[in-house]
Amino acid sequence: MAQNAEHVLDHFELFRGPEYQQMLANKKKMFENPRDPAEVERIREWTKTPEYREKNFAREALTVNPAKACQPLGAVFASVGFEGTLPFVHGSQGCVAYYRSHLSRHFKEPSSCVSSSMTEDAAVFGGLNNMIDGLANSYNMYKPRMIAVSTTCMAEVIGDDLNAFIKTSKEKGSVPAEFDVPFAHTPAFVGSHVTGYDNALKGILEHFWDGKAGTAPKLERAPNEKINFIGGFDGYTVGNLREIKRIFELMGIQYTILADNSDVFDTPTDGEFRMYDGGTTLEDAANAVHAKATISMQQWCTEKTLPFISDRGHEVVAFNYPVGVSATDEFLMALSRISGKDIPEELTRERGRLVDAMADSNAHIHGKKFAIYGDPDLCYGLAAFLLELGAEPIHVLATNGNKAWEEKIRALFAGSSFGQNCHAYRGRDLWHMRSLLFTEPVDFLIGNTYGKYLERDTGTPLIRIGFPIFDRHHHHRYPVWGYQGGMNVLVKILDKIFEEIDKNTNIAGKTDYSFDIIR
Amino acid sequence: MSLVTTRSVAEIKARNKKIIEEVLKVYPEKTAKRRAKHLNVHEDGKSDCGVKSNLKSIPGVMTIRGCAYAGSKGVVWGPIKDMIHISHGPVGCGQYSWGSRRNYYVGTTGIDTFVTLQFTSDFQEKDIVFGGDKKLAKIIDEIQELFPLNNGITIQSECPIGLIGDDIEAVSRVKSKEYGGKTIVPVRCEGFRGVSQSLGHHIANDAVRDWVFDKIAPESKSKFESTPYDVAIIGDYNIGGDAWSSRILLEEMGLRVIAQWSGDGSLAELEATPKAKLNVLHCYRSMNYISRHMEEKFGIPWCEYNFFGPSKIAESLRKIADHFDDKIKEGAERVIAKYQPLVDAVIAKYRSRLEGKTVMLFVGGLRPRHVIGAYEDLGMEVVGTGYEFGHNDDYQRTAQHYVKDGTLIYDDVTGYEFEHFVEKMQPDLVGSGIKEKYVFQKMGVPFRQMHSWDYSGPYHGYDGFAIFARDMDIAINSPIWRKTKAPWKDVAKPKLLAAE
Repeated sequence: MAQNAEHVLDHFELFRGPEYQQMLANKKKMFENPRDPAEVERIREWTKTPEYREKNFAREALTVNPAKACQPLGAVFASVGFEGTLPFVHGSQGCVAYYRSHLSRHFKEPSSCVSSSMTEDAAVFGGLNNMIDGLANSYNMYKPRMIAVSTTCMAEVIGDDLNAFIKTSKEKGSVPAEFDVPFAHTPAFVGSHVTGYDNALKGILEHFWDGKAGTAPKLERAPNEKINFIGGFDGYTVGNLREIKRIFELMGIQYTILADNSDVFDTPTDGEFRMYDGGTTLEDAANAVHAKATISMQQWCTEKTLPFISDRGHEVVAFNYPVGVSATDEFLMALSRISGKDIPEELTRERGRLVDAMADSNAHIHGKKFAIYGDPDLCYGLAAFLLELGAEPIHVLATNGNKAWEEKIRALFAGSSFGQNCHAYRGRDLWHMRSLLFTEPVDFLIGNTYGKYLERDTGTPLIRIGFPIFDRHHHHRYPVWGYQGGMNVLVKILDKIFEEIDKNTNIAGKTDYSFDIIR
Repeated sequence: MSLVTTRSVAEIKARNKKIIEEVLKVYPEKTAKRRAKHLNVHEDGKSDCGVKSNLKSIPGVMTIRGCAYAGSKGVVWGPIKDMIHISHGPVGCGQYSWGSRRNYYVGTTGIDTFVTLQFTSDFQEKDIVFGGDKKLAKIIDEIQELFPLNNGITIQSECPIGLIGDDIEAVSRVKSKEYGGKTIVPVRCEGFRGVSQSLGHHIANDAVRDWVFDKIAPESKSKFESTPYDVAIIGDYNIGGDAWSSRILLEEMGLRVIAQWSGDGSLAELEATPKAKLNVLHCYRSMNYISRHMEEKFGIPWCEYNFFGPSKIAESLRKIADHFDDKIKEGAERVIAKYQPLVDAVIAKYRSRLEGKTVMLFVGGLRPRHVIGAYEDLGMEVVGTGYEFGHNDDYQRTAQHYVKDGTLIYDDVTGYEFEHFVEKMQPDLVGSGIKEKYVFQKMGVPFRQMHSWDYSGPYHGYDGFAIFARDMDIAINSPIWRKTKAPWKDVAKPKLLAAE
């Protein structure tokens, strides 16, 4: 018997004992009809070859391990960034269970969202009644300030009309006529979660700025000195938005963070569950129309929102997830230019500290080869930072990257002597990345939790930066934007590099002459 | 010890009835009427729990339930390790369910085993407009080329498939023929079907019947010789290794486990199951359909069992042994005796730390009743329970064999109801899922995930019971719950003091 009350063995120890190992070997041999181990080994080796890579890249229909999710996830993420807002997803209910679980597993926080629970009859007759009942129930039970509606692919396939449905629901008294119910169609078969973020945010701004679905006059813009800020879909939203607020305040800029979900995804444990916390006030969302400019940190999360805002006369500026010295410089200089405020000495000193840290450590990163995957803007921002450290982002892969992204990232490579051997891959997945890592190996991989499968298969050490991160805790609480955020990214990369050197030099009497105490 | 145990049963019943009335007040009239049928206070001696179940969730209430796809791909089919399961439709469903269920397996992932890979047809607008059958056919070709050691393919339908009129059955037949009779299983588990995961289990069970059992070629018959002691484990998904810590007990008592459904399962095991002398069924809810089918078609009896906690394990081992001869009956007694010192040591260590603590559960499958015995073995009391997607036969089993008089019962509980119940009842522990975990921890209530075992486990069998006891102790007796109030703020309310 392996188990022991005094020292309870967990799954990772328990099943390695001889009783279980023998049981599992016997199960396999007798009942699983297993493949010949030599054949398994032969295929395993074959999947590492250039020949396999060629077949793998010739795939036209099959997707294996994509690095993207679907639109409504992004819509839910954006919606909870508004004061007292309950996201309401019209369609099948299982989807909502998935979004809530996904967000909770990353942030280790509650994630509140409701579904209109459409079933077979709604598939035939449409989901109007589900909308009417659903809005009434949500409104009464959860006392939201606003309900932000988006859709699952089921509602999109049958063609439910949100605008008409919400109007009818209000007429039937589900919610008061003046209650805010912005909406966005978010079909899962178009784009990805970053598209859903874009659509939902645009839907909310349209609602407030363009006359609340015909129930109020359109807002006339009276330009003021404020700057709107949009973070985009971001696993580091908690740390990043707080860092951005600090920067705005240091610079003395009046600002509105749109879709500020930094509090709702970071509530205290103090005896009270806060379904809603913080967020952009509805008043600020409406008044954001008057701002002089809007800044998006993620171009590909705001492809529709920014032109909509620009049409109202704002200057709009988009970045690609700025990380590191130059990208942060550009961001701050843009803020300074737009606001007319100087960049304060404190930020200049922070810049100097980041440059100092990079100078201290760059020898360990310079010339190292990296693979990166994730959302398009994140990939761009990290690749730019690596180039600035003298590293080579050899493979940069965004399953949800488009042609414009690919061109932009190619231009980034072309502009750096460290980018000459680097390639961008759009629309590819992590099974493609597996072939890349086998045929053109790199020193480190940067990606989300799913990268651990690539680390296991190819031996490429994984640096976890991205979304979702399920198997490490609390990193989303620390920023990766601003000079301080750049410092966090630098340290993450360096820690992994040093751990790898130690791991490769720690055999006593064999390799440990290099097991240095100072690195 | 919480206030709950200091009251008389009559007082508890009155209190529980009152809090049901309270939650119903928040709803619009029509919704209150519907929800009232799903909430009850259990009366001793009744044959069921007095609640309606397996009905549609009400829009907008924040149900905890999932969908038929989750029931098929996530539960029944997903753990079949040597087959490739295509999430057919848009990318999300497969992405959110990728690797998160912890149904453990052994194999070379990506080569001869495929559980923790996300295969999807990643539908685009053109697939919705023009249909996805050609794409599906091509996907199967690409799988055959790139993953040549797969032993079969299933097609897990997402919502759009049934709405756009794709004929995945035809594609499956054609491709199966083209690849020499390969097992290719179309599953109509679109998420809008039924009211929860439950119909997905049923559809998935039927797909095994129609596309595996009915198509077994004579030459593919399993290679082993039958024995009188062959059994199959049905409805154990091997979460954190549950099926392994169960299998070892059955083998130690002299039985031979010829198949696991479906945790760490393989196609060969599914195909061999009709040779079993007895099917032992853990998750009745998700796998009773195929067990009944095998009884009717192959004459294989089935027997429900419960491997949570030593009392139920011993009861179950004897119940299973009753289907066999004295050799097995003696084997059961031998196993029970062998593990008694471990059980005694676990109870000696943890019972004093957990005695009298109260628990509220809300889970899927079999757990809302099955884990009650394990808590009771540790001196704990379950004061409220409910099923995410149970049917009336689950509530019957619960009433007749598990819950105590006055237990609060809540079927398909809403987020609002669950929070209110927990706030009013102040249990020492809540056991539910990831969506509920952080809600209750924010409220300062200890919590364990009872779907994923909070990334621990196994909880089945004697080896698992030690982990279960340790985990409940970790949850309840963590010093962190004494720190939720800042010392300069108001002292904890009297009811919280009583809960300590």
